[in-house]
Amino acid sequence: MSVRWLTIIPMIGIFIGVIFANHATPIVLGMPFLFFYMVVWIVLTSVCMAIVYKFDPTNKE
Amino acid sequence: MHKSPMVIIFATILISLILGMLARRKKKMDLEQWSVGGRGFGVMFVFLLLAGEIYTTFTFLGGSGWAYGTGGPTVYILAYGAVAYLFSYFLLPPIWRYAKEHNLISQPDFFIKMFDSKWLGILVAVVGVVAIIPYLQSQMTGLGLIVETASYGTISQPISIGIAMIVLAVYVTISGIHGTAWTAVLKDILIVIVVLFIGIALPIHVGGFHDMFTKINQEKPGFLTLGNGGMGIPWFISTVAMTGLGFYMWPHAFGAVYTAKHERIFRRNAIFLPLYQLVLLFVFFAGFAAILVVPNLQNSNLALLAAVQKVFPAWVAGIIGGAGVLTAIVPGSLMLMSAGTLIAENIYRPLSKGATDAKVQIVARVFVWIVAAVTFLFSLQSNAAIVSLLLMGYDFVSQFFPTVLLAIFARGAVSKVGAFAGILVGVGLVVYFTLSGQSILWGVNIGFWSMLGNMIVVLIVSALTRDASSKVRETVTA
Repeated sequence: MSVRWLTIIPMIGIFIGVIFANHATPIVLGMPFLFFYMVVWIVLTSVCMAIVYKFDPTNKE
Repeated sequence: MHKSPMVIIFATILISLILGMLARRKKKMDLEQWSVGGRGFGVMFVFLLLAGEIYTTFTFLGGSGWAYGTGGPTVYILAYGAVAYLFSYFLLPPIWRYAKEHNLISQPDFFIKMFDSKWLGILVAVVGVVAIIPYLQSQMTGLGLIVETASYGTISQPISIGIAMIVLAVYVTISGIHGTAWTAVLKDILIVIVVLFIGIALPIHVGGFHDMFTKINQEKPGFLTLGNGGMGIPWFISTVAMTGLGFYMWPHAFGAVYTAKHERIFRRNAIFLPLYQLVLLFVFFAGFAAILVVPNLQNSNLALLAAVQKVFPAWVAGIIGGAGVLTAIVPGSLMLMSAGTLIAENIYRPLSKGATDAKVQIVARVFVWIVAAVTFLFSLQSNAAIVSLLLMGYDFVSQFFPTVLLAIFARGAVSKVGAFAGILVGVGLVVYFTLSGQSILWGVNIGFWSMLGNMIVVLIVSALTRDASSKVRETVTA
């Protein structure tokens, strides 16, 4: 199985997880919860892309 | 009295024009130089060109204005960039490879080469220009607002927008893409400093982040979540999908992909560019703070500028306005240049048999002014939220996505006629919804419905009209 499948995780977090994160409170790190939730997934997107980049054989040449 | 904002803003405009001219002197400009920078940009410039496009009037004034007026749904702006970069990992390398192999310059070239159809190229160019106009309108509106606000209302709105139009058109005429890259450097540095500053200072001014959001949540329950203004979860999902997929379908973004030196650049950018989105948070914070600083503004686009003017001394407001000017000029000039080049190279050239390069170049430069003037007229008549204008542009460009996706990954599943039919149906639906004043249908973004209809039409029509198999074998592999 290709490491590229890892990109599914942030997609699920952003597109499906948002259903459960649509709250204004608690305010976390000075942000309404919905915004904090999205920030977490943006960072995780970056982390997933870094892992995919590192282990994707296409980038080895 | 308050002269310093005007001085700073016009100095910024002057500096960007000078940078534009300096960049131009280094090289002789033919049309290919003018539009793809001779294919010589390294990692840094591609990065800045792509990243530079994030920080536009749309994010600066539009993002803060939406936070101010719309609230929770603004979170889509955070999400769609990350989604776009995630898709770019898979989408851009094959597009780049195909473009390089066939020496493509513009977005329509991709369709012409793929489907061996001059008319498909013309259709794509026309739709591209149509999509650019609301985008350009958002930049021009923003630039006009900055000039108007900085003058403390002494320069009226029509004249401010007129100044914005002339600045953009002059800038494009003298510089082309090299000027844009240099000014983008200046802009990226300045905008990050400015946005961090106001995104922290304004919330602190109203009592700190936690108190600010607690207060907004008490005053306007539900404002900070999705659902406000009919923009609930289905709207969020469909809008993020539509704008994330449409992100690189803009003629200028598609064309910028060709300028990379290596396809790996896109995969590496997909790691870092999502993090850039986080700077947008501070623009939203400024917009939310404005709710408490300058409540009940008629025009939400003004939220950030009005709050800044109320809280900070005039010279600080001037610097912030100057950064705002750059966020309008850089993407605005790119869009305007794209429109001019599309019309000259992809509509005028194929339609007029045997036009010389010099003639095409003149047409491009003339149409830069015509498109600017048309956009100016639209800007005068409308007071639309900057974000809504951008979403309208996205409704149009995302109609390229189904055909591009299939052309790259399943060339056999899309035929020339299918591509035509899909794009026409998708664009037709967008035009219908836009003219009937709808942006949401059954809770879902109309651009998404149109893209879905488009995809179905492409698949059905293509199944009925296969292209000759020799063409299909040219499929690029991911």
